[in-house]
Amino acid sequence: MALLEVKNLGISFGGLRAVDDFNLTMDNGQLYGLIGPNGAGKTTAFNLLTGVYKPTDGSFMFDGKEMSGKSPIDINKAGIARTFQNIRLFSDMSVLDNVKVGLHNRETYGLASGILRLPSFFKQEKEMYDMGMELLKVFDLDKEANFKSSNLPYGKQRKLEIARALATNPKLLLLDEPAAGMNPNETAELMDTIALIRNKFNISILLIEHDMNLVMGICERIVVLEYGKIIANGTADEVKSNPRVIAAYLGE
Amino acid sequence: MKKIKTKTIIWLIIAVVIYAVLFYLDATGKLSRQFSRLLIPVGINIMLAVSLNLTVGFLGELTLGHAGFMSVGAYSGCMFTVFMDLPVYIEFPLALLIGGLVAAIFGVIIGVPALRLKGDYLAIVTLAFGEIIKSVIINMDITGGSAGLKGIEKTTNFTVMFVAVLVTIIVIANLINSRHGRAICAIRDNVIAAEAVGINVVYYKLLAFVVAAFFAGVAGVLYGHNLGILKPATFDFNKSIEILVIVVLGGMGSITGSVVAAIIITVLPEVLRGLDDYRMLIYAVVLIAMMLINSNPRISAFRKRIESKFNLKKNMKEAE
Amino acid sequence: MVIIEQFINGLNLGSIYALMALGYTMVYGIAKMLNFAHGDIIMVGAYTISVATTNLGLSPILSVLLSMLVCTVLGVVIEKVAYKPLRMASPLTVLITAIGVSYLLQSVALLIFGSKSQRVASVINVAPVTIGGITLTGESIVTLGVTIVIMILLVLFINKTKVGKAMLAVSEDRGAAELMGINVNNTISLTFAIGSFLAAVAGALFVSSYGFVDPYTGALPGIKAFVAAVLGGIGSVPGAMLGGILLGIIESLSKAYISTQLSDAIVFGVLILVLLFKPSGLLGKQRVTKV
Repeated sequence: MALLEVKNLGISFGGLRAVDDFNLTMDNGQLYGLIGPNGAGKTTAFNLLTGVYKPTDGSFMFDGKEMSGKSPIDINKAGIARTFQNIRLFSDMSVLDNVKVGLHNRETYGLASGILRLPSFFKQEKEMYDMGMELLKVFDLDKEANFKSSNLPYGKQRKLEIARALATNPKLLLLDEPAAGMNPNETAELMDTIALIRNKFNISILLIEHDMNLVMGICERIVVLEYGKIIANGTADEVKSNPRVIAAYLGE
Repeated sequence: MKKIKTKTIIWLIIAVVIYAVLFYLDATGKLSRQFSRLLIPVGINIMLAVSLNLTVGFLGELTLGHAGFMSVGAYSGCMFTVFMDLPVYIEFPLALLIGGLVAAIFGVIIGVPALRLKGDYLAIVTLAFGEIIKSVIINMDITGGSAGLKGIEKTTNFTVMFVAVLVTIIVIANLINSRHGRAICAIRDNVIAAEAVGINVVYYKLLAFVVAAFFAGVAGVLYGHNLGILKPATFDFNKSIEILVIVVLGGMGSITGSVVAAIIITVLPEVLRGLDDYRMLIYAVVLIAMMLINSNPRISAFRKRIESKFNLKKNMKEAE
Repeated sequence: MVIIEQFINGLNLGSIYALMALGYTMVYGIAKMLNFAHGDIIMVGAYTISVATTNLGLSPILSVLLSMLVCTVLGVVIEKVAYKPLRMASPLTVLITAIGVSYLLQSVALLIFGSKSQRVASVINVAPVTIGGITLTGESIVTLGVTIVIMILLVLFINKTKVGKAMLAVSEDRGAAELMGINVNNTISLTFAIGSFLAAVAGALFVSSYGFVDPYTGALPGIKAFVAAVLGGIGSVPGAMLGGILLGIIESLSKAYISTQLSDAIVFGVLILVLLFKPSGLLGKQRVTKV
């Protein structure tokens, strides 16, 4: 059974068809790229898959469960996590606390336990600290654990967002332009990290990216959107030689 | 984790010492009459400010009806002791609990609809709520109307007040430093990101509202049992603003700050006679100046530098 | 007959709310902030008229003109000093500052004039008209007339002039408007100027109808006018008019038929109901946050 099965998903804003007839199937451990010209509906597709927008047509199954129309909270709990194109960190909180918020639903101690400082509080907080630091180490952020997250440099903020998303223990990770604003060295390093986390955490990844080197380098399959419609879906080589894709990017 | 335990013990020792010193000064008459009269109002303002800080500072939503929650708690708790005839050691704790719970229920009643709103609308709705409460209390017979509720036993003493303040601070500080508190702060910093990592935004907003209302309610009961009379006009918009001024002066999101500012704002007008005429003006200046200073780009750049240095040192220490 | 008189009272009060609501709605639409101090500008305007007529011995017309000047300048100064440095700050910061400004105006008035309310003579000298047993006071006639004229002028100004279109552009998208060469700071200042000018008009009408002023004169009507702006749909000029008139009528009728003391509670109850069931107001439009 596929991990993610999207069927004819679509949404309209007034008269604008932002995403139309979106179909996608992903299995465990796959790394897909979602590309397309600006305004093609890539982020809107992410917003549909994470419950920020409710689809006007179609549906999608995740892990065998119908998910369309569910709230972002339920979708995250089911195992889809994401990052944002314009970074959305908890800016007044520390780097470690950002990740701990991601770990929120993995621990169970109740309100009373937190207020009265019962043993379960200390035990689970210790677990959260350890898990959080481990995650930060993966992204080389452990030395900045106590920094206020808004004081991090841009590239590290992007990494922290990925770490926070991973903290929710997802099966599918949606990355919205993870390399935006990074220089070539940082991008190369990020490619390694993305490949690494896929194997380490055994998750599927769907990423939106404009940096073709990154997309072509690590994605097994690439989905191309134009005007809200999928115009190609295949391996890097297939997509590169697809006339419709060339037309979409370079014009007729 | 060990650090948290040591910290807790240190704070408890400090609290006991403060209590002992104040109690000694008060009981032996070393504290002037003027100051010993202020101990309870200071405590009440600390409770109000720390609880308001939970919604304004940590949840990041401005509520202008904190005095409304206080009045609901005050009236229900005080009416309980006025109309009931139980021994005081049963009656008074029950009254505190009732005041807190009724205020908390109002927290839910106003919180559920208010959650659908944000920012300015929420502020206005909470303000409206406070005014509605006041009008209703004035128009009821059982509350004594605008003349006030009289004949409340003056049960609030320094020890009770101190314990109440301590409980308020401990509950709210522990809440903030737990996973639940982090969820509340996450909502303040970015609602969309909070939902995206599975934080139940509605639940945690309501939680902050209800906890804040509860302690405001308890503070109200203590207030009534200190003065012996409740007047609806006490709990007007200006009272809500006074609490807000304390929170803003102490720093939004700083419990220690709220405590210190509550002491300053309560004691200052007593120390400097004649300052009372300028009270409103000072409040206004505090609100405007604090906001302008906090938003000044040069000051925030300076603060950022300091923070980075401080954090680096802290990290290095932990690494050793 | 009584109900018709109450209805006219409501129209009168509602017109004043409408003029104030225009200030709220324009500032909210363009600067994206709740100018909590707007109501207190009305108080300043009322005091100016009081001082100008009793202390300076100016004629009613000159007093009103002076009051308009004072309020307009005050509005612009407040914007420049207190709000402009906060363009990038969080809405919470701006709102707290605005509450501070409101408090500042009230406390300064309190220090200068004391808390006792002062009688102010009406600046309107129009004979009452009686139609079919119902008397319309001169104040009511002028209030209604002025409000209607201002409404029409304002709608024309916003939709027909270049400056008005710049205001619309800034309210839609501040960044884009700036890129199109619109001076956003000037546009926001102008909005405050117009809003405060309208507050001065409302202040003149208010003291003429009610005959007194104290440091808190503007506070409660200010909040109610904001309720009116929300009721009509924030950002909408006709909405402010509609909301103001409706609110004035609701208040008058509940004072007459339910309870004077509960009338404020009823007005605020209306606000809560509107926000719950139609948060965008009667004529407002829904906005979606972009992710």
